[in-house]
Amino acid sequence: MNSIKRGKWLALLCLAPFAVFFIIFQIAPLAWVMLHSVQVESSWGLDNFSKVFNSKFYRQAIQHSLQISFWSSLFGILIAILGSYSLRRVDSRLRDFVNAFANMTSNFAGVPLAFAFIILLGFNGALTMLLKQAGIIEDFNLYSKSGLIILYTYFQIPLGVLLLYPAFDALREDWRESAELLGAGAWQYWRHIGLPVLTPALLGTFVILLANALGAYATVYALTTGNFNVLPIRIAALVAGDISLDPNLASALAVILVGLMTLVTFVHQWLLKRSYHVAR
Amino acid sequence: MSRAEPGTSSLYHRLVVYLLFIILLLPLAGTLLYSLATSWSASLLPSGLTFKWYLALWSDPRFLAAFGQSLLVCVGALLLSVLLILPLLFVVHYHFPRLDALMNILILLPFAVPPVVSSVGLLQLYGSGPMAMVGTPWILIGCYFTVALPFMYRAITNNLQAINLRDLMDAAQLLGASTFQAAFLVVLPNLRKGLMVALLLSFSFLFGEFVFANLLVGTRYETLQVYLNNMRNSSGHFNSALVISYFLFVLVLTWAANRLNKDKS
Repeated sequence: MNSIKRGKWLALLCLAPFAVFFIIFQIAPLAWVMLHSVQVESSWGLDNFSKVFNSKFYRQAIQHSLQISFWSSLFGILIAILGSYSLRRVDSRLRDFVNAFANMTSNFAGVPLAFAFIILLGFNGALTMLLKQAGIIEDFNLYSKSGLIILYTYFQIPLGVLLLYPAFDALREDWRESAELLGAGAWQYWRHIGLPVLTPALLGTFVILLANALGAYATVYALTTGNFNVLPIRIAALVAGDISLDPNLASALAVILVGLMTLVTFVHQWLLKRSYHVAR
Repeated sequence: MSRAEPGTSSLYHRLVVYLLFIILLLPLAGTLLYSLATSWSASLLPSGLTFKWYLALWSDPRFLAAFGQSLLVCVGALLLSVLLILPLLFVVHYHFPRLDALMNILILLPFAVPPVVSSVGLLQLYGSGPMAMVGTPWILIGCYFTVALPFMYRAITNNLQAINLRDLMDAAQLLGASTFQAAFLVVLPNLRKGLMVALLLSFSFLFGEFVFANLLVGTRYETLQVYLNNMRNSSGHFNSALVISYFLFVLVLTWAANRLNKDKS
């Protein structure tokens, strides 16, 4: 009995190194941010937050972050839906190849991706020139909001395919055949069978894409050298910029960013409860 | 679900898949072409091809240093992760199965808290004082451990469940092995392949990490991504050679991981 107890203590001891490192590098920084977001010059208060919400500049950062995340997640998931559905319906050689390629491009993000886009779609980019010469576009500014949405959409696609491809397993082929036999058209099949079955997976993927875009920093930083106004850029500028450091204000912005992500997750849970489930 | 279909619908699906492939390929192909071009401006195709940008890149001592430092930080972080996560997983699954639920919540934190948020706290906590680490590779190794944690934890858990940990341990102990002997000589070798796959994939995304590297350390211990960002004002061809070299390296790693994964099943 005694030796079993000692064994348990020894086992608990094995957890200690992990706990120490996890606290130092994950819990403590987060706790610091939470505490200091409500601290103003050694007293407590919500001044940091009211400063953020009363500032046009910071409100714009929040708005940009939300707009870019929403549109890039929407376009990303639409392309991923069409792509992964078709991926399931082509021969296995093509499927495996494109799947593996999508997997690999999910590592193509951040600084290298920004550089690739500058070469392709920058002011003198090859694709910009091509489209201009063909007369399809007048001008294209990659360093604008719409440019960033395109760039973000690109890195959302592989992630979307990665997450959605297995979800199509839930759609059984005989359901489609039965629906067809009973006289349902393609639209009716999707409206009443396909989409309701896929809804939980679609919602989950959309939330992950949103969170992915909200927290993204490297791509937009590398593209605009930190000159485009989004939340992660503002946070970093307040702790590592050249002028006007304000870690407490940065903490408030960081709490808002994490809060937005948490809110999205809660909305997801709520929608999930209301949606139709396939019993597993 | 994946049977081949005749006629127009088959053609449509092939077209969509090709289109997806082209969208994903385009930025890479453009960069590859640019890295091989002598000069390329205001025309559809470059005027000539050359390897000189790759030669310039691979003979730049600053690049080689950054490459080496990236390797060191990533290998260090993965070693630390294995040392911390393996005992943790073993103890959780063998002694305290109920802790797994708590761990599954804890490992969400690195996902839910973006690196830019953690950096705010890290910079203030370890910028000075008794635990000053900002500006050294040590802080990166610690942070990369948290970045790799969710993925490593899930991957190794799946492996542990596949090998039937409890039966294996009981059998070893019945044959007279101590708990430590059973864990090291029986369980560990069975995890080797799954662990390798998890390590290769973790390596490939740690190698591309930029936020922690740039905010916490910057040029004081330049990693590949920070170097790439700092070279923004040099020739675009040179940068393209850098991007392609980086991507090829990651490609080989993920390819190796995929091969290993296939062999397993």
